[in-house]
Amino acid sequence: MVSQQVKITLVAAALVVLAFVVPHTSSFVVLLATRALAFGILAMSLDILLGFTGLASLGQAAYFGVGAYLTAVLATKFHFGLGWDFWLVVVFGILLGAVLAAFFGLFAIRASGVYFLMITLALGQCVWGLAYRWNSLTGGDNGLIIKLRPNFGLNLTNEVTFFFLVLGFFVVSMMLMYVLVRSPFGRSLKGIREREQRMSMLGYNVWLHKYIAFVIAGGFGGLAGVLWAHTNGIVTPEDVVLTTSVDALLMVVLGGAGTLIGGVIGSAIVLLLREYLSTLVPWWQYVLGGVYVLTILYLPTGLMGIPKRIRQMLARSTNKSVAPLGSARR
Amino acid sequence: MTNALLRKLSPLLLGSCLAVGTSLGSTAYSEELRIGFLVPTTGIYAQIGKDMADGFQLYVDQVKGDFAGANVKLIIEDEQGKPATAVLKASKLIGEDKVHMLVGGLLASTGYALAPESTRAKVVYISSIPSADDLTQRKLAEFPYFFRTGWTSSQPTQPLGQWACDQGYKKIITVAADYAFGYEAVGGFQKVFEDCGGKVIQKIWPPLGTKDFGPYISTLKADADAVFTLMVGPMALQFPKQLRGAGIKKPIVGGTTSYDEFALPFMGDEVIGDFSALQYSAALETPANEAFVKAYRAKYGKVPGYYAESNYTTALLIHAAMKKTGGKWPGSEEFIKVMTSLKVDTPRGPVSFDDMRNPVHNIYIKKVEKKQLFGYDKPELWNTVIKTYPNVSQFWTYGKEKFLAQPVYDRDFPPCKYCE
Amino acid sequence: MNTQFWVIQAFNGISYGALLFLVGSGLSLIFGVMRIVNLSHGSYFMLGGYIALSVIGATGSWALSLPVAALAVAAIGMAMERVFLRPLGFDPLRQVLLTVGFAFLFQQAALDIWGGNNMDINPPAAMTQSIVVGGIYLPLYRVFMIGMALVIGLSLWLAMEKTRMGAAVRATVDDAQMARGVGIDTNRISMFIFALGAFLAALGGVIGGAFLGIFPGLDFEMLPLAFAVVIIGGMGSLGGAAIGALIVGLADNFGKALFPEVSYFTLYAPMVLILAVKPTGLFGRE
Repeated sequence: MVSQQVKITLVAAALVVLAFVVPHTSSFVVLLATRALAFGILAMSLDILLGFTGLASLGQAAYFGVGAYLTAVLATKFHFGLGWDFWLVVVFGILLGAVLAAFFGLFAIRASGVYFLMITLALGQCVWGLAYRWNSLTGGDNGLIIKLRPNFGLNLTNEVTFFFLVLGFFVVSMMLMYVLVRSPFGRSLKGIREREQRMSMLGYNVWLHKYIAFVIAGGFGGLAGVLWAHTNGIVTPEDVVLTTSVDALLMVVLGGAGTLIGGVIGSAIVLLLREYLSTLVPWWQYVLGGVYVLTILYLPTGLMGIPKRIRQMLARSTNKSVAPLGSARR
Repeated sequence: MTNALLRKLSPLLLGSCLAVGTSLGSTAYSEELRIGFLVPTTGIYAQIGKDMADGFQLYVDQVKGDFAGANVKLIIEDEQGKPATAVLKASKLIGEDKVHMLVGGLLASTGYALAPESTRAKVVYISSIPSADDLTQRKLAEFPYFFRTGWTSSQPTQPLGQWACDQGYKKIITVAADYAFGYEAVGGFQKVFEDCGGKVIQKIWPPLGTKDFGPYISTLKADADAVFTLMVGPMALQFPKQLRGAGIKKPIVGGTTSYDEFALPFMGDEVIGDFSALQYSAALETPANEAFVKAYRAKYGKVPGYYAESNYTTALLIHAAMKKTGGKWPGSEEFIKVMTSLKVDTPRGPVSFDDMRNPVHNIYIKKVEKKQLFGYDKPELWNTVIKTYPNVSQFWTYGKEKFLAQPVYDRDFPPCKYCE
Repeated sequence: MNTQFWVIQAFNGISYGALLFLVGSGLSLIFGVMRIVNLSHGSYFMLGGYIALSVIGATGSWALSLPVAALAVAAIGMAMERVFLRPLGFDPLRQVLLTVGFAFLFQQAALDIWGGNNMDINPPAAMTQSIVVGGIYLPLYRVFMIGMALVIGLSLWLAMEKTRMGAAVRATVDDAQMARGVGIDTNRISMFIFALGAFLAALGGVIGGAFLGIFPGLDFEMLPLAFAVVIIGGMGSLGGAAIGALIVGLADNFGKALFPEVSYFTLYAPMVLILAVKPTGLFGRE
């Protein structure tokens, strides 16, 4: 087992490298990296549910969407959030995501397994319907354009400056979520994931634990949405659509659920395949679909699980002589 | 091919965080004209994207890539039908390929996403398909590098309103897809039709993508003289079929995309006799159009619809502008000026531009007929032109000031005075 | 709002529900037997339609396209189950994601094979007429859809209730472990049911193709509808799928006709409510 410190050092080193390298690339790569980080926050928020609580949600795009729409509506209708008040929008975005999750949670948390999957799907689609249909507020299919990014001494119109801002939010979010999952509360969540009934018998309020996790994930989803809106400069119903939720789920599983950083790696890989590979070859969709299928078939623990699997394989080969036949695999 | 692929792949191989050096850009030849073309080539809109690219490519191939001495380098990027992806790909085209202009986009929202991008980067964006009215109306001032070679959503439906009125229709029901494109098309039709004395007595808005029109057809008021429709994509095939199946024989006056050649070949004979309006018909019997239809069909095996035509014409117009500048790129501001001053004959007929950088062109009232055309050996469905409104501007006959004083056409504008 | 309106709307709703039953019943069976949420079920519907188009193009026979397309897609489904889904064992999340991955692959493959034009299946001319009953136009094709759903529903019910195979399937739905204990080959049953589900979806695709058209994106348009049917009716229950299809068909029709403003929610809001109150659906059991 690699110690926790080593892991943290590795992640920190990767982020430092990112911070030094990305600004020297083209604006396309900067924007791509910014998007991967913003989407990475969404993926991490989903991982709190999926990886640490065992709740597979197919509606995480809903919180992402309200955060993004809030930002765009305030900017276009009220010209709010384009100066220092950007920070207020961030707070509002987090709150709105959390409030929506608090409302949806009342319906969803009762369900489990496949039913949870389905009800979050249906709730997410309701938000999509609203975005699509509430023309006067959301601009319907045309969406809402934010012409300029905020400028509060720090001019976010500059791609690199904005990249650093998103990177900052990303690092803070990751640290907060890391603290959360390592806290006693986070350990109870893991307990619920492993043995829900037992936790219930031990006197834990399972519903409340799940509910709080759901609300927190919604809040981070809202934050990701605020950043997403400014990354693209436009918010459309496309950002709330079912496939966005599915994307987030696939990213987490691809990177490795229950690792936080896995979702970010998944996000980076998916965006790289979809947005970068598509500038090179027309058959990128087969590559993306193939990566999904192969990961799910052969890497149930995602990419982050590879080192562990290699260690297991090594251990197995050294222990071959003593291990009883057939015990190596489940 | 392999070499090109390898060269392009190498930054990818270096990994996401090590893509240094990709920003060096290509060496600039003074006579190279780099055009970034954004269309969906995957996903549900892929075929439309292909038609758009084919149309543009056909023109470039016909002149062997030579735009008055400038060598055209066409770079096609997949925008996947998503506005946010279009923005990202635009930054790639602008930042890495150093394109002189962006062309394309499919959805209105993509047009809205790319326009501010062109402002930020000071790069020309030519919208060949996105037709959101306000891009060349109330919001144009925000987008100095935006130029439209396509149309506004209400541009063809305004003359259609006049025509419907002239046919003696008094009461009309509108059935249109429930989003901005539908609102603008219906608004233009309703405004002109009612100003002429007609009445829109019912407005029905099926959600975009509706295929089962049963619930709506049975609510149609019986006393209407005709039905105005605005259908998009696969909706277009099902509505006329189900309307006729329900025993309703009222004439259909179709807006724009309802009967475009993109959908027409897949329709049944029940659409024969239906009317529609657009700035283009593949059945336009002019030498320029006949040559275009034949060349396109020979190369791509299908009759071109407006998606192909609009992009062919866009290429033709860019070429015409480059002729005026002697094959030299004049800079974004100047290029926009040259484009605005153009008067060119195209497959869709004569095209010029108003001072809000939107085309002034003919609007054709078309009737679906089954016949043989251009010497093809089988009888097929064609959009026969039955009336031409020459040189129609986006403001119809209202004049720019008066037109712009009213709000953009919307779900409830003009209000439905004669609905109950 | 006269009687005629209500009759037509009810007829429309029932005929739409008939189509939804074909898609939903397969999804429900698959879930009941294998506990797999199959997100490529919409793809089977779409592939059925496309294969039928090819068959009609090659032979000109619409009647032939029904069995050919359904069997071809059943084979695809069977291969998917054998090769990819079975090795996963019981793991709902990975199964869901795997079927999504396949849905994306099928979408791109269909685009590359059949192109992206919006197409339509034309049934024999006799079926596109309308009959007039008491001044009301009833399109014959909708009558055909109702008849087809009745025939298939009844055959499925008979097969489930009266045959040994059916008994084995029911036993597997109730308790797979127990079923294995009494010597039922649940592996074979799973494979058979998955193929049957794909078969029904593809049949729906051919029949629905003349009604909805065949176009890229059809897969993800049908999927939520199929889910609504199964969720409302209850997963794993044939009768539930029938009732669910009827409810969704009628709610969708009357919702759109009477309250067009909220038509985006006529599908999802009932889903949320039913899931929140009775997560296993009206007729489902856990």
